[in-house]
Amino acid sequence: MSSSTTADRIEKRITLRAPRTRVWRALSEASQFGAWFGMKFEGPFEAGKTIRGNITTRGYEHLSVELRVERVEPEQLFSYRWHPYAIDAEHDYSAEPMTLVEFRLSETTGGTELSIVESGFERIPADRRAEAFRMNDGGWSAQLKNIERYVAGV
Amino acid sequence: MSRASNVAARKVASAALVFAALGDETRLALVSRLAADGPRSIAELSAGASVTRQAITKHLRALAVAGLARDTRRGRESIWELTPGRLESARSYLDEVSAHWDLALGRLRAFVEEP
Repeated sequence: MSSSTTADRIEKRITLRAPRTRVWRALSEASQFGAWFGMKFEGPFEAGKTIRGNITTRGYEHLSVELRVERVEPEQLFSYRWHPYAIDAEHDYSAEPMTLVEFRLSETTGGTELSIVESGFERIPADRRAEAFRMNDGGWSAQLKNIERYVAGV
Repeated sequence: MSRASNVAARKVASAALVFAALGDETRLALVSRLAADGPRSIAELSAGASVTRQAITKHLRALAVAGLARDTRRGRESIWELTPGRLESARSYLDEVSAHWDLALGRLRAFVEEP
């Protein structure tokens, strides 16, 4: 997996050993997306529609998520807007700006290349960033960084 | 074996250990819990869990072996917490979001690549 992060966007690229059709279904069908992402949605993904879901990851079941689906272009592009890192159940995020998440697919030798771009972070309020930082004071992401460094360094 | 390939082999072994430690639903849930709630006793971590206290203890030890968690004594109790990483000072909001994507993509890979 390759990864790049700037002040306002996160970009990731991953090659999956699976046919493009398979990956597309895993992204564009709400039930499949929910299965790997850890969410349960109330209905299907449709361009221009907002869909609500609940986190199914243990410990986070009290959180709900809203996706504003933007584009559904079969086997090419799936995109939506959401409130990133909305992990405080007491906080009303609805008035805050959303980020845009875009999944793009292309065929590659032996599988499918998937690129993910999440952009628009420059408009997320500074206090929200600080809050997310506080709520994760467990060194967890540092461990992930360590794993990444190990793997990259091998 | 050359010295360089020895170092590489050790890195692979060490990374494999971390991946193995995280590749279990109970342990991943424990890591999430400790990340969200901070240090907790085994009794607290076992409350409401679907597995036994002995199983939780075993999983915590596995996380410790991988360097992901550590315990300290408080009276008769063991208090568990995640091990702060060396890169902690470099963390930022986007690193957090990015790390969540890494986890999600790992799950997506498992999901679409399964036979």
